[in-house]
Amino acid sequence: MRCLFAILLVFGSFLSLAAQATELTVYSARIEDLIKPVFDRYTAETGTKIRFITDKEGPLLQRLRAEGESSPADILITVDAGNLWQAAQLKVLQPVQSKVLEKNIPAHLRDAENYWFGLSIRARTIVYHSARIKPSELSSYEALASKSWKNRICLRTSKKVYNQSLVAMMLAELGGVRTEEVVKGWVANLAAAPFASDNEVLEAIASGRCDVGLVNSYYYGRMVRSNPDLPLKLYWPNQSPKKGEIGGVHVNVSGVGVTTHSPNREEAVRFIEWLSSSKAQQLFAALNLEFPVNPEVEPDPLTAHWGSFKQDQINLSEAGKRQAEAVRLMDRARYR
Amino acid sequence: MKQGSVSWPLIAGFLALPTLLPLAASIASFARIDTELWSHLIEYVLPHVVPQTALILCVVSIGVSVLGTSLALLVSLFEFPGRRFFSWALILPLAIPGYVLATVFIGTLDYAGSVATILRQLGIPLPELRNSAGACLVLIAALYPYVYLVVRTSLASQGARVLEAARSMGLSPRQAVVRVALPLSAPAIIGGSLLAAMETLSDFGTVAAFNVDTLTTAIYKAWFSLFSVDAALQIAGILLLFVLCLIILQSRASAMARVDMSGPNAAPHRLRGTAARSASLFCSLILLLCLGLPVMQLVLWSLEYLSRADQRLIAAAKNSVSLGALAALLLGVAALILAYAIRRNPGRLTRMAMRTATLGYALPGALLAVGLFVPLAAMASVFNATFSLNIILQGGIGLMLLAYLVRFTAVAYAPIATGLAKIKPSLDEAARLAGHGALAQVSKVHLPLLRPGLAAACALVFVDVMKEMPITLMMRPFGWDTLAIRVFELTSEGEWEQAALPSLLIVIVGLLPVWLLVRNMDQRENKLHGPAT
Repeated sequence: MRCLFAILLVFGSFLSLAAQATELTVYSARIEDLIKPVFDRYTAETGTKIRFITDKEGPLLQRLRAEGESSPADILITVDAGNLWQAAQLKVLQPVQSKVLEKNIPAHLRDAENYWFGLSIRARTIVYHSARIKPSELSSYEALASKSWKNRICLRTSKKVYNQSLVAMMLAELGGVRTEEVVKGWVANLAAAPFASDNEVLEAIASGRCDVGLVNSYYYGRMVRSNPDLPLKLYWPNQSPKKGEIGGVHVNVSGVGVTTHSPNREEAVRFIEWLSSSKAQQLFAALNLEFPVNPEVEPDPLTAHWGSFKQDQINLSEAGKRQAEAVRLMDRARYR
Repeated sequence: MKQGSVSWPLIAGFLALPTLLPLAASIASFARIDTELWSHLIEYVLPHVVPQTALILCVVSIGVSVLGTSLALLVSLFEFPGRRFFSWALILPLAIPGYVLATVFIGTLDYAGSVATILRQLGIPLPELRNSAGACLVLIAALYPYVYLVVRTSLASQGARVLEAARSMGLSPRQAVVRVALPLSAPAIIGGSLLAAMETLSDFGTVAAFNVDTLTTAIYKAWFSLFSVDAALQIAGILLLFVLCLIILQSRASAMARVDMSGPNAAPHRLRGTAARSASLFCSLILLLCLGLPVMQLVLWSLEYLSRADQRLIAAAKNSVSLGALAALLLGVAALILAYAIRRNPGRLTRMAMRTATLGYALPGALLAVGLFVPLAAMASVFNATFSLNIILQGGIGLMLLAYLVRFTAVAYAPIATGLAKIKPSLDEAARLAGHGALAQVSKVHLPLLRPGLAAACALVFVDVMKEMPITLMMRPFGWDTLAIRVFELTSEGEWEQAALPSLLIVIVGLLPVWLLVRNMDQRENKLHGPAT
């Protein structure tokens, strides 16, 4: 009986795949809740169906490589420039020439060789305990390395790509010696061992265990949305950077590229162009309280409320290029 | 089917074949050593993670052995208030994934956690728990049921009888436990703790929640952060050396601890007064800490998101259950065949094949998933001209089941092998003399005696598959959800409270079959041997 059930299940899943219509296949490291509403809107507007699978970046890239020419995937969506750069390195993406994309997406948020394009901006910024710290005490990421912050800062683990990208961008702009000095300073100032998630960093600040921390702005947004009374405030660092400081708030992207062996290349490019358009941009960014990459598009009211800020303008490919180097630097600095 | 007409080493070798794929990938990777990367790993990463992994491995192995064995001895040999309830309920924490337990633990007991905050306001600050000590505690709580279940199974048909015999020879209950029951269950303790040790080695979710670095986190660091799949496979090679040490230790210990013992069941020794109350209290406490409190916290978190209990979550639950049931069936049969191969032909080749087939349990899941997927994709592209690759790779759950076979053979094998080892070879002889063929021996003589072991094996595999993430993520068909995938989706952006509902469903849906299975097993036991009052 169970055997029969097994056979039916396996057979059933064959059948359902046999019916192929004109549809796009997306491999995504961005989770379903953050992409499906956008896909649904595209399907409603154009009739093009989108099927997708979600997984972590590493396995997705290996899967694309292994499938090679036979891959059903048209599009790869992933978060963090490091992962996008790695996808281009592994040759699972192909370059796309598009005037629309060049117009809609600022140059530092897309690949110089057009392998990938940023879709939404996530800012990694400073959050502080509003009762214990005045914003005038804050200035830059690098200043948190000074002795006056001893036992006062909380960080997420260095194993998270967000921190790796931040350090990689510092490497690109400030060089190895200065960056290592900053990271070592942070580690010396930690009030608690590094945390597993941004949420834990926020909770640690709110509970008074530390005064400041570095998190992605949308984690802050979610937490204060569900709990507005928390003593947490957001601060935009490096707005008037001195020597030895990076040139603005470190931003990263969630981004997209067309896979090398995409069976529906033209449709895939059309879809990406649509994703960079105003309508899609608003929805895509708002789903996760991120900022649109398209400068024409107004951010979500909650995120707009945090004020505008100057972004670091260095091309994000640097984050990928220097990620492995950044990880080694953090290992040397004993940043776990 | 006459004896000798079957090549057991060949059959065992066939079952070990899929496991060779990721192993071969690891070995092949040593042809491409990046010396510069390795000098970094040797200087800054390995000196930290290797001792830490060894420490966690030791503490967890000892912890689960002590806790699992003492609980199993208690409920099998003694009578005390609530014994029957505890006897099956103590298995249930099995259904709580380690990563869920870790999140609840940190969410309540770390500085910013609810319990820690209240205690601090009362002037009782808790010690720092986000370290290897905390990770060990959670791993012990999550993994002791492996030892408990295997030991309990091994004592099920004979424990009390043995104790009675020992007592009749004038030993005190304590002496009887130490001198008779413990040595008797030694193979089961060793088998169960080996499972827990392998699961500890491959664990990522729990140690990641504590931000504790182990060989497994180093594998992922090499792969995801340093962009070197080769280095990841090479570190996995080191991890396999750990497993090899464990296996050698295990076979040494088992060889020393071989005891043949069987007989009808008898009444467990009745505890009285303080002893009885302490036994009940101890069992309640463990149950409360490992099951009650975490489930309560999950329920509290879920309340806010009850509206998310939609059709989709129910479909995911159905998929989880059917996947778990299919895998339990498949692995039950595979492990039975493997255990028989060893019984009929305990030669070196068969044993090597058995060892290989069980190695997959110690490899980090994502690495195993990729290690299987890549060679299969390569093979598939060879046949691509005649056979669509999509059908093989995205074709459904066939490939997933194959991957589960590689991952969970060890889990199914341990209780079945323990059960089979207890059936005396003389019984086979008697059956043969009575004119039974090999198949009849199995179905008429062995299967009824093996039922507890088989039930335990199926329960373990079922629950493990329900909790499994990386293989399911990589190999599921498009648009096909399981509960573990829902948990992954929600937790990967840190939305723990939203993930509480699917986590709770994993626990609930995982618990029911385990409970039914164990009850069924106990009832049959009672029918066979009379009730254990």
